[in-house]
Amino acid sequence: MTSPTLAGLVGAALVGLGLYGLIANPEPLRKILAFNVMGSGVFLVFGIVARKGAAAGLPSDPVPQAMVITGIVVAFAASALAVALVLRLFDETGSATLRPDAWTKPSSDGADAE
Amino acid sequence: MTADSAAIAVTAGGSLIPLAILLPALGVLLSLLVGGRRAERIALALMPVQLAVALAIAAFVWRSGEPLVYTLAGYAPPLGIALRADGFSAVMLVTAALIMPAAGFYARTNFATPRGEERRAPFAFWTLLQGLQAALSLLFLGGDLFNLYVGLELLTFAAVPLVALDGRSETVAAALRYLVFALFGSVLYLLGVALIYGAYGTLDIALLASRIRPEPGVWLAAGLMTAGLLAKTALFPLHLWLPPAHANAPAAASAVLSGLVVKGSFFLVVRLWFDVLVPLPTVIPGSILAALGSAAILFGSALALRQERLKLLVAYSTVAQIGYLFVMFPLAAGPWAADAFSGGIMQALSHAFAKAAMFLSAGLISESLGHDKIAGLGGAGRAMPMTFLALGIGGLSLMGLPPSGGFAAKWLLMKASVASGQWIWAMVMAGGGLLAGGYLYRVLAPALSGESSQLKKAPQRSRESVALALALVALLLAFAPPSFFSFLQIGRPAASVALR
Repeated sequence: MTSPTLAGLVGAALVGLGLYGLIANPEPLRKILAFNVMGSGVFLVFGIVARKGAAAGLPSDPVPQAMVITGIVVAFAASALAVALVLRLFDETGSATLRPDAWTKPSSDGADAE
Repeated sequence: MTADSAAIAVTAGGSLIPLAILLPALGVLLSLLVGGRRAERIALALMPVQLAVALAIAAFVWRSGEPLVYTLAGYAPPLGIALRADGFSAVMLVTAALIMPAAGFYARTNFATPRGEERRAPFAFWTLLQGLQAALSLLFLGGDLFNLYVGLELLTFAAVPLVALDGRSETVAAALRYLVFALFGSVLYLLGVALIYGAYGTLDIALLASRIRPEPGVWLAAGLMTAGLLAKTALFPLHLWLPPAHANAPAAASAVLSGLVVKGSFFLVVRLWFDVLVPLPTVIPGSILAALGSAAILFGSALALRQERLKLLVAYSTVAQIGYLFVMFPLAAGPWAADAFSGGIMQALSHAFAKAAMFLSAGLISESLGHDKIAGLGGAGRAMPMTFLALGIGGLSLMGLPPSGGFAAKWLLMKASVASGQWIWAMVMAGGGLLAGGYLYRVLAPALSGESSQLKKAPQRSRESVALALALVALLLAFAPPSFFSFLQIGRPAASVALR
């Protein structure tokens, strides 16, 4: 097995693991971690794509690398926003869970808090 | 700057395209730099300019009959990145540029910048609103799949905090839920982008359209990207985040979120299937999308019938109305394609205006009554007739009764589905119209009853007028001339234009 194939399989496995974690786990912090695992898998796939560009005689294709860097910045910003929301939720309610009963119920007063 | 931009516009209309993206982005930066107290003024001052730019872009597309193209720094794709404005982008740009100031004008009461002290909520609201505008412009104009990914993420990052603006725990939970769904969607989209770049070495939409072949890798990428975008568009069964998020946000934010933000990712689904994956057969994947859309129409409407709060009812009706948007996909090939395309776009436009009007009305109702329980609406129609008129006219468009934009949309879609022999979609749409009539009756019947109703405070006439104006635009869309539909076709790949 060549190393690009191996890396591709690892990328696919990471995406699969992350996807499972994102769907199956109700705890938001784990969801955020799962999202990052999945993101790493995608970045690895981008790495393979860059490597494929090397067949054209370049040391490696720089465009996917630029995309990975942008992707990492976006994933970082997303994780920061998510963690901030989790912290806020914990401050407000004393627990940070997304169990269905915590969010499907409409607020009892029903009014806009505008 | 007017003289400068006019000079550039005369030489090349393409230079307007980056302006439509940079203007609101500049507003965000200025708001951050000069401090919170001026954010409101900056936002409100830039919105008319944005509208002028959007109209100018539409005028250029109209006059030339061709999409406008702008290449960043003059590098042509595949090396550089192109921005393009076709008929569909121009129409969506103008829609966004009309709804944003309406929501902004409405929000001046809720998010007024207090004298003296600086408060976070107004600053955040006005800055995020401009962020949304920038992200939407980028989505409507981007010509590169990765660039569009960045636009999608900007849209999410501006939309999620708007949901949680008042800081109550339900709204924070709703925002977190929304963010999780959106991140799930964006990773899938990005994976699809990686696969397409790996196969064809470019992400430019126009270049891909000629290079793509129906191969397993392309199918996989198309499936991943579509699934990701569906999570962001809240198509059934990925709609779970939408009702709590849209119902708990402040009314002005709900109007923008329901009217425009979900249309941003829908726009990308259309781009993907109509402009990028042109060589792929669309009947089977399109039928899957339309089947999900049909389920959304039926489930969303049925759940809307069961809601106790007006804002949740309106939010569930968004879930149902999103379903109609996806009926156009299996009808995308054949002599009826132009009708189906026009119908789908018309649905996006009329729903944007009608739903913005309805959320603004619902906000006025809950402010005036102090609650938005449907059971407590008895007689409220007499106390605030103009608000309920806006709500009712918006509802007319949702039901698809003539004359309204919703009627035009559903008529075109039904015509296409009957012409193509796919009767099932026409039946679902008719059923959805009946259910929409049912949930609107639940709101309007008690409101128009003879009971007397006590208002905590009367709604402001100016804010009622904004809601009514948006509802009337949804109504007026019914009178769109045939030239409007040929304008929508500008920039479509040759196959569908030839059949016009």
